[in-house]
Amino acid sequence: MDSWRSNRGLFLLLTAPALIWLALFFLVPLGFVWGLSFGERQGIVDTAITGTLDNYARAIDPLYLGVLWQSLWIAAITTAICLVVGFPVAMAISFAPPRWKPILLLLIILPFWTNLLIRTYALIAVLRIRGFLNFGLEWLWVQADAALTFVGLGDYHLLGERYQPLELLYNHGAVIYGLVYVHLPFMVLPLYAALERLDRSYLEASLDLGAGQFRTLMSIMVPLAAPGILSGVIITFIPALGTFLTPNLLGGPDTQMIGNVIEQQFKSANDWPFGAALSFLLMYVTFGALALRAAVVARRSRLVRA
Amino acid sequence: MVRSMGARTSRRQFVKGSVAVAVSAPMLPKLAAAQARQVNVYNWDTYIGETTLDDFSAATGIDVRYDLFADNAELFARLREGNPGYDIIVPTNDFAERMILAEMIQPLDHSRIPNMANLDPVFQDAEFDPGRRYTLPYFWGTIGIGYRISAVDGPPDSWGAIFDESDANANRISWLAEPSTVVQMALKRLGHSLNTTDMGALEEAVQLLIASKPNIRSIAGDNGQDLLLSGEVDLCMEWNGDLLQVMEEDDDLSFANPREGGLLWQDVFAVPTEAPHPDEAHEFINFILEPDVHAAIADFIYYALPNAAAKELMSEDYLTNPAIFPPDEVLARSESAQYLGEEISRFYDEAMTRVRAA
Repeated sequence: MDSWRSNRGLFLLLTAPALIWLALFFLVPLGFVWGLSFGERQGIVDTAITGTLDNYARAIDPLYLGVLWQSLWIAAITTAICLVVGFPVAMAISFAPPRWKPILLLLIILPFWTNLLIRTYALIAVLRIRGFLNFGLEWLWVQADAALTFVGLGDYHLLGERYQPLELLYNHGAVIYGLVYVHLPFMVLPLYAALERLDRSYLEASLDLGAGQFRTLMSIMVPLAAPGILSGVIITFIPALGTFLTPNLLGGPDTQMIGNVIEQQFKSANDWPFGAALSFLLMYVTFGALALRAAVVARRSRLVRA
Repeated sequence: MVRSMGARTSRRQFVKGSVAVAVSAPMLPKLAAAQARQVNVYNWDTYIGETTLDDFSAATGIDVRYDLFADNAELFARLREGNPGYDIIVPTNDFAERMILAEMIQPLDHSRIPNMANLDPVFQDAEFDPGRRYTLPYFWGTIGIGYRISAVDGPPDSWGAIFDESDANANRISWLAEPSTVVQMALKRLGHSLNTTDMGALEEAVQLLIASKPNIRSIAGDNGQDLLLSGEVDLCMEWNGDLLQVMEEDDDLSFANPREGGLLWQDVFAVPTEAPHPDEAHEFINFILEPDVHAAIADFIYYALPNAAAKELMSEDYLTNPAIFPPDEVLARSESAQYLGEEISRFYDEAMTRVRAA
């Protein structure tokens, strides 16, 4: 394959469809939204683009910054849990016998075959008070209570008068659970890709030189997999930050992510210019996260060279 | 929007079509309808009779394309940048008012809707639409409190039960999510008009909501009745008919009209501007206002009929149900919401953002 420098024509031909697609369906609409964010509402349905900065001024009101801050927290916790849960999974897949790997990877991707909305409703059916989880726990409770009665402790009600169902839905926990469930594959796949490329002889060397399994994991494997970890973190964090469906369906009266507020501007609030400004605020935060990643990568490559 | 394919069907396609009909019988009505006329209806979920649409097609030969929205905001947002092809929409009165002002709705031709005469005299005119130039009523109702009888001490006949006096049922309560509705019910609790534009009163309502929020389990889109039915909450703010639908399924559920009065609403038929099939839209509205058709829908969805001729066909149970037709003293204290301008709409919306963030 020639370098793109020596065959510019072919390169352009091959990339043209993607570039045109990107321009038409990403940059142009984004430009519209960007323009809209400097607009003002006039009457009920009209918007005039006047170059005003009022929407941004309103977007950095403590109320909306607070919402953004809460969104950042929820997305950060989601990402952290995904990393802690996803890393061992990715490790297990990369160390699995070759003929098992495709099946294990398939299992990771399998949830994508079902629509997100349906999966979220399924979570509601599992978590609600008369849901599968509470039914299961109640069954266990009944068995345990019967066992206590059997050994003659029935009168003391050691487990309470009756089973108290857990209120699992409509709080931050339910939202984080839902987000972890949805985003876990986004974390596992880049981690797996990084671990798969890892040169196993480093691990053997570390073990041969007397480091324990844990030390080898933390001092050799994690640093070598760092690019994969970073990709996984970014690719999990960004969609989790902008999500609106999961907090909408699983969240409680306190749960309000920036995605919900943006959706509201385009629906009930009928304030598209402000919605556009909030969207761009979210995008700047995302760019910030990407810039941070670039900075980390640059620092790493300097360290490697040094 | 999907277009009727009938007009442009070539002879060859028609032959293919007949073969398909011969092969699969259930295709028949669909294909026959495709040759005929069409009407595109945009309505609320669970808000039509079991066979209404089929009956309409059978009676008129007009094919119905039926699409659903979850709340007025969604309906409004969908039509805001131009009508995507709907012939009939069903907004609530205050949104209808806003859409009339924004010229999103076209005037009706009353001469083509003779069944308008079936309507109760009070519904022949409307404050938000003088002379009924743009809209005709479909159903009306209130918002009240649905509750689980075994879980509460007596009927919650005050908005206090889900606002400032909610400690007894802490964390077992849901509110509707529509910002205007929640703020308006808080205003009623405080003794203000729900159409107030007084910033002091509005702010007081927001403070009441913020103070009550710790006892609230969910601010539910339009599914408070499902939360009540599934045992997730014991009290919910909901549309009366939605609650009646779940009360059918569980005898432990009931409905209370808060004594402070609440919101009186009516959902209306309107033909949006640039509707592709305005003639069929008029026929559709006229068909629904037939006494037996309107009565059959009411019998299925349990909302209050504005149709006097249809009410005559209804059972005594329906007509005397206080959850459907609230007692006069409650009606006297209730109000219809008016469209109060974009500033107030924005206030409602930001109020709920503040309540959630508090």
